[in-house]
Formats: sequence, structure tokens, C-alpha cells
Amino acid sequence: MKNIYLDYAATTPIDKRVLKAMEPYFSIKFGNTMSLHSFGQEAKLALENSRQVLADVINADLNEIIFTGSATESNNLALKGVTLALRKAKATAGHGHIIISSIEHPCIIESAKWLKKQGFQITEVPVDKYGLVNPEDVKNAITNKTILVSIIHASNEIGTIEPIAEIGKFCRNAGVCFHTDASQSFGKIPIDVKKMNIDLLTASSHKIYGPKGAGLLYVKKGIILEPILHGGGQENGLRGSTINVPAIVGFAKATEICQKEMVKEALRLSKLRNKLIREVLKIKNSHLNGPPPLKATARQSHPKKRLANNANFSFDFVEGESLLMQLDMEGIACSTGSACSSFKLEPSHVLLATGLKPQEAHGSLRVSLGRFTTEKEINQLTKVLPKIVKKIREISPYGK
Amino acid sequence: MANKNQKNNNICGGLYTKKVLETFKNPHNYGKIKNASGIGKVGNIVCGDVMWLYIKVDKSEKIKDIKFETFGCVAAISTSSIITDLAKGKTIKEALKITKDNIITSLGGLPSIKYHCSVLAVDALVEAVYDYFLKSKKEVPADLQKKHEIIQKSKEIIEKRYKKWIK
Repeated sequence: MKNIYLDYAATTPIDKRVLKAMEPYFSIKFGNTMSLHSFGQEAKLALENSRQVLADVINADLNEIIFTGSATESNNLALKGVTLALRKAKATAGHGHIIISSIEHPCIIESAKWLKKQGFQITEVPVDKYGLVNPEDVKNAITNKTILVSIIHASNEIGTIEPIAEIGKFCRNAGVCFHTDASQSFGKIPIDVKKMNIDLLTASSHKIYGPKGAGLLYVKKGIILEPILHGGGQENGLRGSTINVPAIVGFAKATEICQKEMVKEALRLSKLRNKLIREVLKIKNSHLNGPPPLKATARQSHPKKRLANNANFSFDFVEGESLLMQLDMEGIACSTGSACSSFKLEPSHVLLATGLKPQEAHGSLRVSLGRFTTEKEINQLTKVLPKIVKKIREISPYGK
Repeated sequence: MANKNQKNNNICGGLYTKKVLETFKNPHNYGKIKNASGIGKVGNIVCGDVMWLYIKVDKSEKIKDIKFETFGCVAAISTSSIITDLAKGKTIKEALKITKDNIITSLGGLPSIKYHCSVLAVDALVEAVYDYFLKSKKEVPADLQKKHEIIQKSKEIIEKRYKKWIK
């Protein structure tokens, strides 16, 4: 049997339609967007057309989209760019205050930590057992020193979809900049930056069947950023670097496809995912992490509080890296929040934030579905998983 | 040999060697020993690795049988299996000479971030032998007593480090 990939939240394969759209921009339409000649103009046109596609999808204006090299870069630019610009503008007003959630991606956490070293104050708002941020907590955390709030749109680990519009509203009312990391949600659920009161938004290409090496940051008109990459004036001087035209063209094409197929795909995936959850929870001492999935219907094509493609489980007395590798030996690729598989040897901060004990986080398994996931693949996983869990428990001193 | 292993590790970017994966897939000697002569329990579930090692010692102080139960990652299970292979049939005196480097070499190398798993396996054996001395009411040799105390001490340090999680 062919290897089964169920780690779409980590990255996705490029869709053939995307690859085809990118192809001319490697060797035929290879120009530098900053060149004035026809080669440059051709590249520039492709860049601006792509920008238009991405702006339209989130209801933004053309000049509100900055292309970057990755979602990590976008998140760095959002946090550092906004805070450093505001510090410069209010040079005498002392350092500012930043609010993030306890389930952010490491690139937000590490950026915030770095800003703390520069003198900014950081507040982490908690989440409930499903990973949900309470907008009231954000509201209450805002002080007269707060300059930026950054809350993830959908969790990369447990798929929780945060109440971004409500949080955005509180930030708007308080006159505080609001950023959301939509790396996991972009292309999967509708995003309207105007309706959702979003000032800055991060999206990624390789999570939606586009190439690696392209990300974007939406920056609402009027918000001033301090650039991180200084260079030749690309992206309105906010991101120096020769434009990666093929990747951006691919990003735009990938976005178009996701947008077109969004409702149907979410319905299909949530049905498969719900089946997976039903089957896996038949294993003794297994638990679902994150919000309970809602039943998928045509009208409610994606669950309100959980991404349709995400499932995350914990198995008592089982260590996740062992589980992951046993599955890999059966040809199935998933992910875990176990400490043993992280370079820091610490369990997932997201699972701990939802109240899991470290030993429960060690036994976690993330299964993320995608465009090429079939029912047969899910059946194969639910067939081998109980045996693997049993074997690991046999070796373990606990749980007999 | 050690250098060669190091090199392999670097090439793999810290991934597991074939031998580690094979051992993990088909570990030897797992399970319990009823009426064990000694049991060594090391690690902490909060940190992600727990190793229990059971030994059956005969009259000539040979390790006749040895089994493990481990909650942990690929490396922890592999090092558990390897130490049972290395210690089986040896006298306890010989078995106590097994080092973490012996284990790492037997596995064709370990990613450096996983070296602690080889230490855990050695510690489990030391604790099992220590337990054997206690159970058989024999006088504990001075160097074994010292090793035991170091293991207990490092256990305390780890538990202190993870205090916020251990309740």
C-alpha cells in the first residue's frame, strides 16, 4: 500500500494545477519585478495579479498585502514591525504592552519573548479546555499601554477556531492594533478582514497546496510598520528581497482553488474526520483533544469551532513519539505533541494550556487530513492504530 | 568507532539509525519477571521516560533473566532492549561495567538529544542490582552505593525542574 500522509497541518503537497501555473515563472517569465524592461514588467504584472487574488479573498485592498517568505516571517514582521514602529513614534512614552494567547505558534511566542528582551511587556491570555480564548479576557487584559494584540485564528495543533471577530471588535474599540495568525485557517474557512476587525493577518502558501517559500501579511491601511528586511524597496519598502514570483503565483493559484472548493472540501473532510474520531475513541483510554466536532451538514459545512481537517487524540500510558514511529513503520505519517519528539524535550504548550497533564500531552497524536485524503486511508489508520496502541501499552509499565 | 557514529548522526541530522529503529520495532525481553531478584525503576512519566528493569540473579550472581517495561520514546525503548541483551548472562559485577557508550555503540549511534535515554538504561540496571542487594540482605558495595546515591540525587534535580508539573 502507498504511504499515507495525514500531516497536512505540517505541510501539503503542491497541487498539480498550482505547479502548472508556476512553471513559466521559473525559466521563461523569470524577470525581476524591479526591472523596468519587458521581462521585469511581465514579472511585476504576475506579482500584482497575484496580490489582487489574495486581497480579494480576504476583502482587503491591493496595497494592503505584503508578500513575505513564510508565515513565520509574516508573524515576525507583524509583531516586531508594529511594536518597533510605535515605540519609535512614541519615543518618550516608554515601552508598550503586547497581548498574545497561550496557544500561539512558536514564531509568535519567540517573537514576543524577543520583544520582552527589548523592554516590552507581554501578557498571555489563557484558553479553556477546548483551546478557546475568551474575548472578555483579552478585553480585560488591555491597558492604556497595550499596543498590539495577536491571537491565532485556528490552532495548528487542536484546530480550535478562535472568536477573532469579537476579539477584533474589543481591540478596535480600544484603539489597539489586532493581528491574527491565520496560517491554518486561510483557505479553509472564510476570512473577511473588514467584518472581522482584523488589522494584520498572516497567511501561508504551503499549508494550502501552494509552494513553500511564500507567505503574506495583510496590513490595514494606516498601520505603520518598521521593516525587518531592509533592501531594494520591494513591497513598499517593507520587505526588501527579490520577489519570489513563481512561489507567489503558486500561492495565488492555490488560494483560488481553495476558495472555489472550500465549502465542498470542508464538508467532505469533516465527515471523514468525524468518522476517524468515532473509530479512534473506541480504543480504551483514548481522548479527543480540542473542541468536539459538530455534525457536518450542507448548510453548516465547517464546524464553528474546529477546523474540518483536524483531529487530536491522547492515549493514556502511550508515548507519542513511539506511536508516531510505529505508525510510520506502517506507512502512515502523523504528528505528536510529545516532549520526546520536540527539540526542546518539552511537551506541547498548546495541550498543556488546555489543561492536559504532561503525561497526557506525551501521549498525543495529531491527525490532519487534506485534499488527497481518502476514506480508504482513514480506514487503514483506524485498522492499525488499535494494534499499535496495544503493543506500546504492553511494553509500558502502566495501564495493564 | 565513536567518531564514526557521531558522523552518521550528523548526516542523518539527528535521526535514528537503522539499528535503533529495528530494535524499537522488535524489542527483546519486554515484560515482567515474577519474583524478580531486583527491580530498578527510573525516570518520571512527567518528563516522558519511565524504565522498569527486572533481573533474576542466580546463586553464582549471574543475571539469568532480565526484562524491561518502558514508557517512552523510540530511543528509550531501544536502549531498554539493548541493555537487556548486554546484561543477560553476565555476572552482576560485569553487568555494572556497562556504560552509556556501550549502549550507544550497540545501537550504531543515538541522536545527541537522546543520549539521556542511554543513561536511563544504565541507571535502571544499577538500581535493579542495588535492589537485589537490598532484597537479598547483602552488604551493598561502596561504589554501588555511590552510584545509587547519584541516581537518586539527579532524580531529585529533575523532579525539582518539573515541579510545576509534578503534583
